[in-house]
Amino acid sequence: MDIMKVKGIKFGFLSPKMIKEMSAVRIEHAELYDPDGYPIDSGLTDLRLGVVDPGLRCRTCGGTIGQCTGHFGHLELTKPVIHPLFGKHVYMILKATCRECSRPLMSNEELKVTSNSLKEIYKRKPSVCPHCNEKQKIVEFQKPTTFREGKVEINPEEVRQRLEKISDDDLKLLKINGGRPEWFVFTILPIPPVTVRPSITLETGERSEDDITHKLVDVVRINERFRKNLELGAPDFIIADIWELLQYHISTLVDNEISTLPPARHRSGRALKTFVQRLGKKEGRFRGHLSGKRVNFSARTVISPDPMISINEVGVPDEIAVELTVPIKVNSGNKEDLKKYILNGSVYPGANYIIRPDNIRKKITEENKKDISEEIENGYTVERHLIDGDISIFNRQPSLHRMSMMCHRVRIMPYKTFRLNLAVTIPYNADFDGDEMNLHIPQKIEAQIEADMLMRVEKNIRSPRYGLPIIACKQDHITGCYLLTKKDTKLSKKEVMELLFAIGRYDLISEIKETTTGRELFSLFLPKDLNITFRTSTFEPDEEDGMVVIKDGQIKSGVIDDRALGERKGKLIDKIHMEYGDNAIREFLDNITKLSLEVITRNGFSISLSEQDISENAEKKIEELLEECDAETNKLIKSQKGDKKELESKIQQISGTAANSAGKIIKKELPFNNAVIMAKTGARGSYVNLIQMCAFVGQEALEGERINRGYIGRTLPHFKIDDLGLKAHGFVFHGYKKGLDPFEFFFDAINSRENLMDKSLHTRHSGYMERRLIHALQDLYVKHDGTVRDSVDRIVQFKAGEDGIDPAKSSGGKIIID
Amino acid sequence: MLPKKILDEIDVFASKNNMSEAQKKNLMQRTEERYKKMQYEAGESIGIVAAQSISEPATQMTMRSYTMATQSDRLSKVTQGLPRLIEIFDARKTFEKNMIIHLKKEYNDKDKARAVAKKIKCARIRDFVVSDSIDLLEMRLEIEMEKLDMDETKEHILKHVKDIEISGRGQKLNIKPKVEDLKGMRKIKEKIFNLHISGIAEIEDVFVIKEKDSWVIHTSGASLKKVLMVDEVDISKTRSNDIYEIAEVLGIEAARNTILNEIRKTLEEQGLDVDVRHVMLLSDIMTFNGSVKAIGRYGVSGEKSSVLAKANFEETKKHLVNAAFFGEEDKLRGITENVMIGQIAPIGTGLVTLIMDPEKLKKGVKKEK
Repeated sequence: MDIMKVKGIKFGFLSPKMIKEMSAVRIEHAELYDPDGYPIDSGLTDLRLGVVDPGLRCRTCGGTIGQCTGHFGHLELTKPVIHPLFGKHVYMILKATCRECSRPLMSNEELKVTSNSLKEIYKRKPSVCPHCNEKQKIVEFQKPTTFREGKVEINPEEVRQRLEKISDDDLKLLKINGGRPEWFVFTILPIPPVTVRPSITLETGERSEDDITHKLVDVVRINERFRKNLELGAPDFIIADIWELLQYHISTLVDNEISTLPPARHRSGRALKTFVQRLGKKEGRFRGHLSGKRVNFSARTVISPDPMISINEVGVPDEIAVELTVPIKVNSGNKEDLKKYILNGSVYPGANYIIRPDNIRKKITEENKKDISEEIENGYTVERHLIDGDISIFNRQPSLHRMSMMCHRVRIMPYKTFRLNLAVTIPYNADFDGDEMNLHIPQKIEAQIEADMLMRVEKNIRSPRYGLPIIACKQDHITGCYLLTKKDTKLSKKEVMELLFAIGRYDLISEIKETTTGRELFSLFLPKDLNITFRTSTFEPDEEDGMVVIKDGQIKSGVIDDRALGERKGKLIDKIHMEYGDNAIREFLDNITKLSLEVITRNGFSISLSEQDISENAEKKIEELLEECDAETNKLIKSQKGDKKELESKIQQISGTAANSAGKIIKKELPFNNAVIMAKTGARGSYVNLIQMCAFVGQEALEGERINRGYIGRTLPHFKIDDLGLKAHGFVFHGYKKGLDPFEFFFDAINSRENLMDKSLHTRHSGYMERRLIHALQDLYVKHDGTVRDSVDRIVQFKAGEDGIDPAKSSGGKIIID
Repeated sequence: MLPKKILDEIDVFASKNNMSEAQKKNLMQRTEERYKKMQYEAGESIGIVAAQSISEPATQMTMRSYTMATQSDRLSKVTQGLPRLIEIFDARKTFEKNMIIHLKKEYNDKDKARAVAKKIKCARIRDFVVSDSIDLLEMRLEIEMEKLDMDETKEHILKHVKDIEISGRGQKLNIKPKVEDLKGMRKIKEKIFNLHISGIAEIEDVFVIKEKDSWVIHTSGASLKKVLMVDEVDISKTRSNDIYEIAEVLGIEAARNTILNEIRKTLEEQGLDVDVRHVMLLSDIMTFNGSVKAIGRYGVSGEKSSVLAKANFEETKKHLVNAAFFGEEDKLRGITENVMIGQIAPIGTGLVTLIMDPEKLKKGVKKEK
């Protein structure tokens, strides 16, 4: 095996010796460049630290940019300085060990049995050493790096001396395995290679150094000054001051967000981004670079619908197909084909690169394509353009669930958008108002096969969330099916022929009779031995057409609506998928979506303003209803007794019942028009929408209550103070069609603004919740024995889901047998 | 073999439809066939699927935290939707607690239930005060009360509030504390008003409601321990939503079920459809080592063994510093760790490895253990 596996990563601490050993340069000067702009020796941009400028060579390893990863240097500190991140740890050690004999302040017997002995001793604060009976003084700690014993400050040198005295055996007992504690006090500072702090050359030719370099300059400069002061024998208070300054600079070099220290700033006033700042947060090293990676072989563009392609296809613009490639290994079987690609060059379907067996990449150009086509042998790899049938992974953000990334077959198409079937907009939650989506092309065969076998669209028909279809019919599909399968739809032979031709099922023509009912046409696409009975959305106990009965693949009664085909319901899709498998359901969905859209286009389908007209009688009824509610409310307010809350809840009840009774009236009075069809079949809209249009909008709410905010005791100055009536607190008496009066319009706007704000605030919270959930659960998997385990093999469940049933393979979490 | 629950269902179905033994056997066989097909596959990343299945619908939930639930003409605040879900995942110790108390059969009656409710409800001095005033000249608090035995009350107050003198006659009390300023005076007043007299201190309010055919008491505030000790209470049916207390009183398994039920309830209220199995996994991870742990940096995530996974989540600095200090080792057995290193993570198809050693096979050497 030529691939090595990383088995583990050990964390620890660098000793001064190690720092010196790995150092290539001893840094002595705070200056970076000489007057000619050339890095000076023993400066912070010394050429032995690595190279970041093109054309120069590293003086340690001789590599150029890209080859040389950089080398550490070191800085000998004039006096030791505490590592700012380990202040707390040093403090704990100081407190836990005797100031005289340096043994842990705990008896030997106890040490052996306590698991977290350091923390334990630290908490206990013993006053006498059990080993030498020395009385302990109280050590105080001031964040981040100052220690005091009584009133006297212990300087880092003394701290280091104390830490040095602790024996290795005691360290083991205290469970400190990262290194010797005195290493937590710097005597030598490692200087990071220039490659981790590259300078940028601006257009003007000026150099702009990295934040870390700026900080390092400060450290080196102060260190020099410190040395000179010491040599000159400066007074103690000056020494103390400069020592503290050095400590400050090193502290901020490591972490510039220590709460007790003012952050070091750039000349512009921006806080410097130093080491700790580089790691954390979303854009930091961990989340930004290590767990989030950038990829090649991907594309992104706007999406648009195409009902004529299959649900498992994605239309890829030819411009993209020329850029994205698939590597194909040359063998005797495909050599001639690949030659054709190479000869096409950059003309679709061509090839962009070849890779020789010695891993050298060659670009195919107009000039060399002939030679290259002659050159290829078995063992070469040709990166050819994307062609129909290639495997791709299609994704739309936010990727909230695994159906947000599915494997589609590529289909090359003209124009500049990705095309997708409308049935897959549900799992992606996509629409076409400018949405963009991403496409990835797996390169290795293993990856392609795995994507195809596990992520294919048909494999994800059933949502693991509720075990019912998530790839299903929507909106016009449902309306179309309804129009086709309603009771009296009859089609002539010509019409049926046209429909079948339009959806490309020429093979079914032979089965057509002189006159066909819509249901018979629909049944053509059902498996021949399908038997199922279920309720429709329009089900009402006494209605005979409320039940769909399918016998031997023929619809005997009932219309097909969202109970049969819709997302999260889809009885028919569920059944066909369960009994006949992935391919059958893909074909079924392809056919039905095409057919229903063809039917609805031929039929024509629209709603108009006049359709929402209700009879005078109904209008009167609604008016009466509203008057009644108003009167009732006023009566309640007048007879106001006791609790204000109680009154409020009663008023809310009245406005609630008003909406209900209006619904009943509308349901009865509204003629059976297109809008009602959509509401009833579940294609789009609901009765609530209809009521709001043709009757009245009803109570507008703010924070779950009637609208109460505004002036003292009233919402607007047009109302009387303490008017509790319906109108004064956001009840809208008009429908959208008739139009709202100014008050109502204002209250309606309040409501919509609340909804808008809610939505934008909401995403943050639920996004963070998802992150936490994923982090807590990500390592759990089903082991071969059916148990659920985490990454360290602890059992979380003895049988996955208690019965071992995968919801993604069940019918709504259940087993359905008929 | 089929699980017991499914077998029971088959039994019920069979007897309902008068199935013959053969028919039943056939049904059983077909069910078992299906059941086997529906099993989880080895390596399935069940955790991620569960997390996605719960958080994906959460994006559709309402932000509105409080909904006024109308309960017998009175309003009580109930946390719902996403905020409630987050509350459960955080395993908070303080939140809007509530209980549903069922009564023993003998007390299944409106008046008796009301009597019990009254007994349980916390009564404080405040509830008996008719009028109160602060005499600024004398620095004295004057309160008038009703329905209480004044001598006992006096004693009660003296026992719990220090440094005061009480005088007064009839239903009036004059309290003179040893404070100089109004602020201190008000503090003392609050303290006296909040003194607990009877009932269960945690139960702040009670509502008696008829549910189906039994009278139950809904409460705001919860104390399972104390409520279960009340004689009239039916221990087997009474519920609380205080997860920590349930873990303490009834054990971790009960706490797990409470988490499960609370999450399901919250999701159902919002009309969201999530399979129980996902919720089960979540409640299991919160409780599987015997104590209730939150989802987040102070709970499940903070106790992971992998340094890199912890550093990747939150508080990167803290985890790296501690790892260096104690010389920890990351064994790279989880998902994120391997993603970070750029290796195949041991989950799903990545779980499969080759035990055969091709090098040794070449030499024809037996692999020693």
